[in-house]
Amino acid sequence: MTRQLRVNPIACSGHGLCAELLPELITLDEWGYPLLADQAVPARLTRQARRAVTDCPALALLLSDGS
Amino acid sequence: MLTSSTALWYASRATGVVAMVLLTAVVVLGIVVSRQGRLPGLPRFAGLGLHRYLSLLAVGFLVVHIVTAVADPFVSIRLVAAVIPFTSAYKPLWLGLGAVSLDLMAVIIVTSLLRRRIGRRPWRAIHWLAYLSWPAALAHSIGSSTDMQGGPLLGVTVACALAVLAAAAWRLAGAMRAVPRARRVSALMADPRLAASEPLAGQQSAPARELSRAGHR
Amino acid sequence: MSPVTASPRLAATAAGAAPAGATTRAPGNPAGSLLPRLLPPAGHPGGDLSAHLGRHGPLPYRGAPRLLIPDVRAAALTGRGGAAFPVHRKLAAVVAAPGRPIVVGNGAEGEPASDKDKTLLRAAPHLVLDGLQLAAEAVHADSAVLYVCCDPWVRQRLEGLIAERAARGLDHLPVSLVAAPARFLAGQESALVSRLSGGAALPAFTPPRVFESGVDGRPTLVQNVETLAHLALIARYGPGWFRAAGTPAEPGTMLCTLHQADGSAAVAEAFIGTPLASLLSLGAAQAVLVGGYHGAWIPAAQAAGLPLSNAALRPLGAFVGAGVLAALPADRCGLAETARVARYLALESAGQCGPCLNGLPRIAAALAQLAGPRPRPQVLAQLSRWAGLVEGRGACHHPDGTVRFVHSALRTFAPEIRRHQQGGCSAASDRPFLPVPAGPAAEADWS
Repeated sequence: MTRQLRVNPIACSGHGLCAELLPELITLDEWGYPLLADQAVPARLTRQARRAVTDCPALALLLSDGS
Repeated sequence: MLTSSTALWYASRATGVVAMVLLTAVVVLGIVVSRQGRLPGLPRFAGLGLHRYLSLLAVGFLVVHIVTAVADPFVSIRLVAAVIPFTSAYKPLWLGLGAVSLDLMAVIIVTSLLRRRIGRRPWRAIHWLAYLSWPAALAHSIGSSTDMQGGPLLGVTVACALAVLAAAAWRLAGAMRAVPRARRVSALMADPRLAASEPLAGQQSAPARELSRAGHR
Repeated sequence: MSPVTASPRLAATAAGAAPAGATTRAPGNPAGSLLPRLLPPAGHPGGDLSAHLGRHGPLPYRGAPRLLIPDVRAAALTGRGGAAFPVHRKLAAVVAAPGRPIVVGNGAEGEPASDKDKTLLRAAPHLVLDGLQLAAEAVHADSAVLYVCCDPWVRQRLEGLIAERAARGLDHLPVSLVAAPARFLAGQESALVSRLSGGAALPAFTPPRVFESGVDGRPTLVQNVETLAHLALIARYGPGWFRAAGTPAEPGTMLCTLHQADGSAAVAEAFIGTPLASLLSLGAAQAVLVGGYHGAWIPAAQAAGLPLSNAALRPLGAFVGAGVLAALPADRCGLAETARVARYLALESAGQCGPCLNGLPRIAAALAQLAGPRPRPQVLAQLSRWAGLVEGRGACHHPDGTVRFVHSALRTFAPEIRRHQQGGCSAASDRPFLPVPAGPAAEADWS
């Protein structure tokens, strides 16, 4: 199953936790907003990705497999 | 000589004080996260993690606090009074406030554990109840026994109150300075630094960033 | 920009490009002429219900939901609001979604350079209202809304026409009129839904798409008013008639707002596939803006050989959009025009998404520099970086459209950029050409 990360740009206010928790897939642009890597989440990073989704203070990060 | 009743009584009071301090830290940390601040030297997820961890630790101390108070034969407090406010025979008002605080806390914690399922808006709305839960806890801790009304523990009480007041004032100041959404873009475009600024790749243009950040809660 | 009426001269010119052998008679037109279709023949006032029914016949309800959809599919009607999405697929998606649908005719026309929807609502409002009823029947909707620009006189007139239709028992569903705020994004699908649900006209994050969950959570069919007008004609004359005009891949006609190099403007109905050179006089033009402020600039020499079709325009990074065509005169500065529009587009950002909020003003400031004398050397690199940072990172396509517009300007006006970098400018006049609303737009209400 391919898991895809997405950001709800309206909810996102640039806290930046996601980039700290998942630096392999997320970096911050010069304004503090997340830049997502253009690839599916590999299996070994799924747990980190789920944590980043849960930890986003604005609940703006989404993972496509429903978790 | 320490009777078992006295031991229970001390345990309840001690765990109550610790829980109050922990909850104060939880509220302050929550405000720090919401204002996108960070604890010096720590990554942002550490601040959030501490906020969560301390809230669960506080629950642990609260469980002991309640169980020992109920078990203590010196005062008659039924377990149900810890959950249903103002039903205790002993000091119904002050204990009731403790129950109010606990109930709100339970809702906040459960919704936070389920926050992905609940959705942003409902979760946020319920989380705001923390601003009711904490004052109720403080009132409970002041009124339920004379501990925190004098001596060194009075200092603890005052410190807790000041900490939350200062953090809340900081939060309020941020909200009042925030540019409303409809004006964010024009505020940014009116900033003379925009035309003059030449940010290098990767370097954040701080003033403009603050303008845009200030518009978000 | 003052409202314009259809130019019969242009319509007649377009009719000359009819496919060979086409004999299907258009309603009320002299034999052999396929135009006009939407716009009434010259001299006929819009809004006269009896004249409308006399020209087109009664409203052809099908009697049950879904029955119209195969005809729309055979006609290959695509949306005329800019995105050119196949209409039958939208209808099918809405009727398949759970819940009672609501249909909305989108006449917001937030694009300042576009006047076709306002013209259509003035010249052929009953076609639009017919289409609204037919679409509502096709998707089994129980509510119909017409979402129009904020001019109170227009709304008042439409209220009167709707009341007249109701009195004659024409409409199966009552139509409510909702005012669209005068914002560029007011007609954006999710912004429209947000407005109709009682909030401000701000774009929302999707999914869910509005055809699944829109106004008050119901499946919502949003169609441009011109699309509804075409629908009303297809229902009467059939898909074969519709396809007799246009190209096989993109059949039918469309309304265009034409801005000529001499400053005049008109709305005309043209076949899809019409040569741009027969719509715009390109002699005095240096470049053509195709598709409006989210569209693309094309050098005039290149545009002269292009037809009005997505098949021809897509490979060049352009698209037909909502039919805005503007011929920039040779004596203006293309960069100055682009910078003015970019500033407007930045001010029209909803300000909800960090990348758009931060990027568009910076892009506008950089373009303003580029349009001035001796721009700083890093401006082009900054533009490129910021364009890359905003594209695809908003909740709606406002940043994407802006980037398309800006990139096309950098390509088309590259010689002018070099001139500016050397301290000169080839423009003889600094009179603004493209219509851009004035004023501190962001202070205005979004609801």
